[in-house]
Amino acid sequence: MKPGQRPGQEAIAAKGRFAAFKWLILRRAVQAAVLGLFLLGPLAGLWLVKGNLASSLTLDILPLTDPYVLVQTLVTGHLPETAAVLGAVIVALFYVLVGGRAYCAWVCPVNPVTDAAHWLRDRLGLKGGMQFRRGTRYWVLAMTLVVAALTGTVAWELANPVSMVFRGLVFGMGFAWAVLAAVFLFDLFVSRRGWCGHLCPVGAFYGLLGAVSLLRVSARRRADCNDCMDCYAVCPEPQVINPALKGADQGASPVILSAQCTNCGRCIDVCSKDVFTFAARPDRREDSKTGAARDSSLRDAA
Amino acid sequence: MTTERAKKTARSRRQFLADTAKAACGVGVFGLVLGLAARQAQSLPPVALRPPGAGAEADFLGACIRCGLCVRDCPYPTLRLSNLGEDVAVGTPYFVAREYPCEMCDDIPCVAACPTGALDPKLTNIDNARMGLAVLVDEETCLNFLGLRCDVCYRVCPVIDKAITLERSGNQRTHKHAMFIPTVHSEHCTGCGKCERSCVLDKAAIRVFPVALAKGQLGAHYRLGWKEKEREGHELVPGIIDLPDRLPQMPGAGLGNPGGKP
Ligand code: SF4
Ligand code: SF4
Ligand code: SF4
Ligand code: SF4
Ligand code: SF4
Repeated sequence: MKPGQRPGQEAIAAKGRFAAFKWLILRRAVQAAVLGLFLLGPLAGLWLVKGNLASSLTLDILPLTDPYVLVQTLVTGHLPETAAVLGAVIVALFYVLVGGRAYCAWVCPVNPVTDAAHWLRDRLGLKGGMQFRRGTRYWVLAMTLVVAALTGTVAWELANPVSMVFRGLVFGMGFAWAVLAAVFLFDLFVSRRGWCGHLCPVGAFYGLLGAVSLLRVSARRRADCNDCMDCYAVCPEPQVINPALKGADQGASPVILSAQCTNCGRCIDVCSKDVFTFAARPDRREDSKTGAARDSSLRDAA
Repeated sequence: MTTERAKKTARSRRQFLADTAKAACGVGVFGLVLGLAARQAQSLPPVALRPPGAGAEADFLGACIRCGLCVRDCPYPTLRLSNLGEDVAVGTPYFVAREYPCEMCDDIPCVAACPTGALDPKLTNIDNARMGLAVLVDEETCLNFLGLRCDVCYRVCPVIDKAITLERSGNQRTHKHAMFIPTVHSEHCTGCGKCERSCVLDKAAIRVFPVALAKGQLGAHYRLGWKEKEREGHELVPGIIDLPDRLPQMPGAGLGNPGGKP
């Protein structure tokens, strides 16, 4: 991106508006569809899906349970019934296939809000703010489990914005909007990508599932990269891109292996050179559209 | 050169330790707040009753994942999930008897819907549910205590004549009439809340509270003589001394004025 330009301009120019937002549009559609399915019951009396993200029953047969909340009840010392366990296994297997933090990018109701906060923060040119250590979210995750074990209650659910907001949308909001507003303001004024990028234990938990997940983003045409840096600018976890995109010299895989990649596909959208694509984890294929021979010395000099 | 590098590593190690300590402290404080909130959340307000099959409050808060499937499968407007800002732990199911009681469905759909067992699937007979316990809290306003025959709470009880009975006694005001006192028996009351819901007063004289609030407990060393006698077939202490009975009191008599003279 050129100085003063917003990320994605080159991609719009090169690929057209739709292609430059394809995965973003699809992602918002899926987020809305998930919520819509849950709302069909209370709003239209069509009970395809009952419950909420913590646990649901689809078509009166398919149980789905959030594995994280189930782990929390387990550490309180409660042994859940089979329906919940089965539901959690199905969900966990699903995210092992499609990428753990795909939950963040494609399902979580907080994601559009923190994305909006990030967008606004960029627009307003807000800089600085609170910094967190890498891995803070894992501390938070561990803390939620310790507190659950010590108090014998699913304590984190008293504060969890993710379940509170989704439950609020489906069962009635109460003051849950205040929690959402707090997350928004925190991300806007206090810390860049603070909540989803550093603190949220739900994201951390699903990230752990993603450490082995099959579906990944691959910088397959990394040889074509023109260093516009747009992908870094739009990625919610920019640190995950570097090893794959710039790791050719160290013989690193072009596949983004970090568990923190949310599989949102924004990097695919925003790259005017079509460097990125979805791929399976073991798929290390590389190619190039331009057929440009890679000349790292030249690029380094530039 | 090497000392330079050693200095650098020492500094970065110090930085690392400081950062780690900071993160740990921050998260620890957050955890403490959360733990205190969890403690606080364990106190259920007296009007909030849990669905059938829920265990003790502390256990229930560890078992329920706040999914609302019980709410969805309840055929009546009984159950709801607590919203943020209410006194009940956020997201957990409860009902308020005076607003809408539990109708004691034979097939207990709420329990069948619960995926975690927070509502105990071993509860198959709704008569065994113990959602709360009815207590006649106000003898001053209950119409039957005033000598009338309201009886409404008694008549609506799904476990009529077991959970609630009308106990006859003399009307001390008129000395002529009988009174029929609604009396709840904890071994049969399911805590469904129908009596409280139906009480004809502006504010119910009979109310259903969580069992822990409604029930007393004898000291473990107490023995009920008549029960022991029944069990043993004879008195435990034979030939027990007979204490002098107190004389019937005159009007106006009290401890300060024995005999009741003016
Ligand atoms: S990090 Fe947490 S709040 Fe953010 S999208 Fe993921 S689950 Fe939702
Ligand atoms: S027994 Fe029936 S009325 Fe009572 S809470 Fe359960 S589903 Fe609702
Ligand atoms: S169905 Fe069970 S786990 Fe879900 S909200 Fe009701 S009691 Fe809690
Ligand atoms: S709560 Fe009232 S109506 Fe229900 S079983 Fe007990 S006494 Fe009967
Ligand atoms: S319904 Fe109310 S007023 Fe009537 S007998 Fe029962 S408690 Fe008393």
